[in-house]
Amino acid sequence: MLFSPTPLHIPDGFLSIGVSIVGWILAVVFIGIALRQTKDQLGERQVPLMGVIAAFIFAAQAINFPVAAGTSGHLLGGTLAAIVLGPWAGTLVMTAVISVQALLFQDGGLLAMGWNILNMGVITTFTGYAVYMLVIRFLGSTTRSRLIGGFVGAWLSVIVSAMAAAIELAISGTSPLYLGLPAMAGVHAIIGLGEAIITVGAIGLLQASRPEVLTTGETAPGKRTATFTLVGLLVALGVAAFSPLASAHPDGLEFIAELQGFLGLAQAPSYELMPDYTLPFLSDPVLTTILAVAVGTLIVFGLAWLIARSSAQRGTVRD
Amino acid sequence: MHIDLTDQYQHKESLIHHLDPRVKVVVTLFFILVVGLVRHGSWIAFGALFLGVLGYAAASKLGMFYAVRRSFIAIPFLLAAAPLPFIIPGPALISFPALNLTISEPGTIRFVSIMLRTFIAVQAGILLAATTPFPDLVWAMCSLRIPRPLVAVIAFMYRYIFVLADEVIRLMRARAARSPEIPGKGKPSLLWRGRVTGSMVGSLFLRSLDRSERVYGAMASRGYDGEMRTYSTFQMRGVDWISLIVFSLLILGSLSLMFLR
Repeated sequence: MLFSPTPLHIPDGFLSIGVSIVGWILAVVFIGIALRQTKDQLGERQVPLMGVIAAFIFAAQAINFPVAAGTSGHLLGGTLAAIVLGPWAGTLVMTAVISVQALLFQDGGLLAMGWNILNMGVITTFTGYAVYMLVIRFLGSTTRSRLIGGFVGAWLSVIVSAMAAAIELAISGTSPLYLGLPAMAGVHAIIGLGEAIITVGAIGLLQASRPEVLTTGETAPGKRTATFTLVGLLVALGVAAFSPLASAHPDGLEFIAELQGFLGLAQAPSYELMPDYTLPFLSDPVLTTILAVAVGTLIVFGLAWLIARSSAQRGTVRD
Repeated sequence: MHIDLTDQYQHKESLIHHLDPRVKVVVTLFFILVVGLVRHGSWIAFGALFLGVLGYAAASKLGMFYAVRRSFIAIPFLLAAAPLPFIIPGPALISFPALNLTISEPGTIRFVSIMLRTFIAVQAGILLAATTPFPDLVWAMCSLRIPRPLVAVIAFMYRYIFVLADEVIRLMRARAARSPEIPGKGKPSLLWRGRVTGSMVGSLFLRSLDRSERVYGAMASRGYDGEMRTYSTFQMRGVDWISLIVFSLLILGSLSLMFLR
């Protein structure tokens, strides 16, 4: 059986080590929260249910339909997983899918897996879920609003996730933001339509045959925290995108060196004694800035999480 | 580009196949980390790391070029880095004045370096999967302190991938059997085809949900209490420690080659 990888699985080598490590730190935080939340939600059913559903997402990614010129539309699944299980269980399911794809099929790198988990496991599930719940809140809990919410949520989730990948590549100096961002967003605006149509088809079938499945997802933990988590993560990524790191010039250090006219100097004999960087982790200003951004991201995320927690506790209905 | 869904493990009687899976996981991760740390344009270091992969493949009796042949999966992604030679300023390698394009030397060096990194790192991953049975990998993850519930979900998923893949094949065969092309009639709309696919995903989901209920029931009736237990265990033997140290030193040695010029 054949599986076609989506262009969202970043292989190793495309992200710089600093960016990869930041991704892993963030992914560990999210996986930790997801494990606690799903333990409360599912108890000892956690492992068998989520294991089988992860296998389902993996298998469902193979169900495709021909679009045109040899390309086909298929599912990524983050939004669907979040709609039926809730965002935290969805995150964990997608984490398992991405881990197996990377470990077994080299679809996505091992070092880059932190960001792959965030892009395809956290950002897709939370974007899709937040949009879906928002639509349901405004249009009421009807079939039509579920279909609309599923469509818009699935479509946006793929685009936002692709934009996040573009930002990560830009910060790593692999692909400049002014080219990468519109290209990734544009391509995935089309790919996302396939995702949206399949998600709507699946919701339609569930609504017709087992509507109670959809209500489980709507009452899962993370209902209130979803928007806060998503906003926190997106703000942090936005800040990173507009920081000097992701400027039009992929390597900030080389750009500054050129500006100040010592690129010629750097190629003088002294270069042989002092290479670009001697201690990769300490003496690279780009890396230090990335670490600073990472700390900022964690703080923003921590704040969003705390606000969400306190607002959830004050509310009459706890999620 | 497609990956085919068969077990990636290739059984051979080699030293590497018999190593403790933790050694292989740690060495692979360390190797990929080092591949990422090599400076752009350090061709000697890249060459040494590539030779390392070839040697590792040969030592595991898979054939020297086993991983090379399978390492083209990341090619579509290279498109993301393709503009680099054109946009990084620097001395020109080739220029096309008519198109107002220049291929700069630093840009090309960076692009080729990214290509090599991906090429070498993917091979390390392929060799890990080819020399270690997945249950052993799962055991290694557990013993390397990855949260047990997550590892258990991954192990469960692996067990059911093949079952659900069979369901998918049946679903797709049923769709193909019911979708003849009728001469004189146009193809159905894209939206309709997408919705049919969505319904297939939905019914696969319901089947998976029911299956997970049955699996849970079967496990609960056999005394499952939320804790996963495994039979297989490994002990770090002398040969494991020696391999760990030798591999790490070789990797560090290759990294240090980037300071040669």
